[in-house]
Amino acid sequence: MTDSASTLPAPTQLDPLRISEDFPILASGPNTGERLAFLDSAASAMKPRQVIDSIVATYEGGYANVHRGVYHHAATATRHFEGAREKVRSFINATTPREVIFTRGTTEAINLVANSWGRTNLGPGDIVVTTELEHHSNLVPWQQVCAATGAELRFIPVDDTGVLVLDDLDALAEGGTLKLVTVVHVSNSLGTHAPLDLIVPWAKSHGALVMVDGAQSVPHRPVDVQALGIDFLAFSAHKLMGPSGVGALWGREELLAAMPPWQFGGEMIRRVEYSGATFNDLPWKFEAGTPAIAEVIGFGAALDYIESIGGIAAIAAHEQAMTAYGYELLAAIPGLHLLGPGPGEDRGGVLSFTMDGTHPHDVATLLDARDVNIRAGHHCTQPLMKRLGVHATARASVYAYTTREDLDRLADGLGEVRRVFGLA
Amino acid sequence: MDDLYREYILEHYRNPQNYGTLPDPTFEAEGQNPLCGDELHVQVAVDDDRRVTAVKFTGQGCAISQASMSILSDEIIGKTLDEVAAMNKDDVVELIGIDLTPVRLKCALLGLVVVKMGMHEHAGTAAPAGWEGVDEISWGTT
Repeated sequence: MTDSASTLPAPTQLDPLRISEDFPILASGPNTGERLAFLDSAASAMKPRQVIDSIVATYEGGYANVHRGVYHHAATATRHFEGAREKVRSFINATTPREVIFTRGTTEAINLVANSWGRTNLGPGDIVVTTELEHHSNLVPWQQVCAATGAELRFIPVDDTGVLVLDDLDALAEGGTLKLVTVVHVSNSLGTHAPLDLIVPWAKSHGALVMVDGAQSVPHRPVDVQALGIDFLAFSAHKLMGPSGVGALWGREELLAAMPPWQFGGEMIRRVEYSGATFNDLPWKFEAGTPAIAEVIGFGAALDYIESIGGIAAIAAHEQAMTAYGYELLAAIPGLHLLGPGPGEDRGGVLSFTMDGTHPHDVATLLDARDVNIRAGHHCTQPLMKRLGVHATARASVYAYTTREDLDRLADGLGEVRRVFGLA
Repeated sequence: MDDLYREYILEHYRNPQNYGTLPDPTFEAEGQNPLCGDELHVQVAVDDDRRVTAVKFTGQGCAISQASMSILSDEIIGKTLDEVAAMNKDDVVELIGIDLTPVRLKCALLGLVVVKMGMHEHAGTAAPAGWEGVDEISWGTT
């Protein structure tokens, strides 16, 4: 762990079986009735009872539209909604809740920056740097905004193991003005960790802003926006055990204040006349329309839940142990090839692999029969798959509720896959 | 779910029928399953009565996609193009004889989709862009 984890006290040890009792869906799998060995949290995490209860409590006991109603429930809903914003602020150590914009998720947060900041500040001769690791959500918006503004999109390359090659960063800034560096903090496909402690100072030395796609980092390791020295951070609630359909953009206040709104309507206005409108203060300037009220409150409940089981540093330590254990199990399977950084490197809890003689989709389908859930496909990183010379991979990912037994069942299931395909 | 991988499916996967290329196809087409990267390139030869005389395919992907194409290729040889055009999702499901979740169904249907794309192109009718709108086969958004 780099970033800010090393400054924190030694984390408490998680008990994943105890934690699993909070997750109704894990108790019994739909195919066997056995515990669900859910190893696809990188796609979306399961939800604890505490988050589910929070959503029920909102609708049953404190629901109304937020910010304008004068009656009791409207005040309650607004208080809880804005309370969730404060929880998000605290979780990422932002200076003020005005810097926390609720969005539909990571993708919308990145699109907000691309459309608002990008279309205002980019033009011909400007350079946006990203990496070859990116999820489509931090690639396609920049392709679009660069095409529209005449800016150029360049890539920090990866080596054959999917680790970023930072040897010749300055070449990426030559022949133009480097305006933005936007990087995935932890790769969803490979688990590669981007060394922000090297990338951020480089970007700053060129006067560029730094945006971080935190979809796979914020749920899994301590992320402190001030310590990282970045300018924008995007992440999703559903990957940190919160509800789907909600996420957040954090941005430095002076940047957000100078950016134009990108969606228009109710909530984001101050004064409207037939001839025009003036806009609301931060953060509501960027939150047009009725937000996902119960989901935002549930987002806050998920952050409370993380705190209640020992905190994000404890989750990170547990995931490291599970990843190392899983890596060792998978590496021992004949014909199985793990992609991404090795087990000793700073990496996320993602084990991406291919197996000779089998296709990842067949692997995932056969494992599903045993209620072992993994992902198979290109993981929304088609260019990266092409770069690494694979069509698709199978991917197992861990979280707070992952046990050694879940990973044992994965390894056993892969043995069965080899037998079915006549490989063992 | 293990039923998906019955021996005859695995046999078609390991030793596909009509695998390879035709020297002089009447039409050909290729397609991908964007979900998992299955790929098929299919060539079809047709006689003067619009009857399929030969099919060859190459590709890579999951067992379901490749075995389904193998089974489908045997099935459509000897059929007229009108008969092939009338084939739909249910015919493919019946041919391969296994239950599939919606995502895996797309793997199974890739072969028929590619054949029909080639037929559209050959006939000069509007070939659907990718997967959407291929005759009776309806696709969810991916």
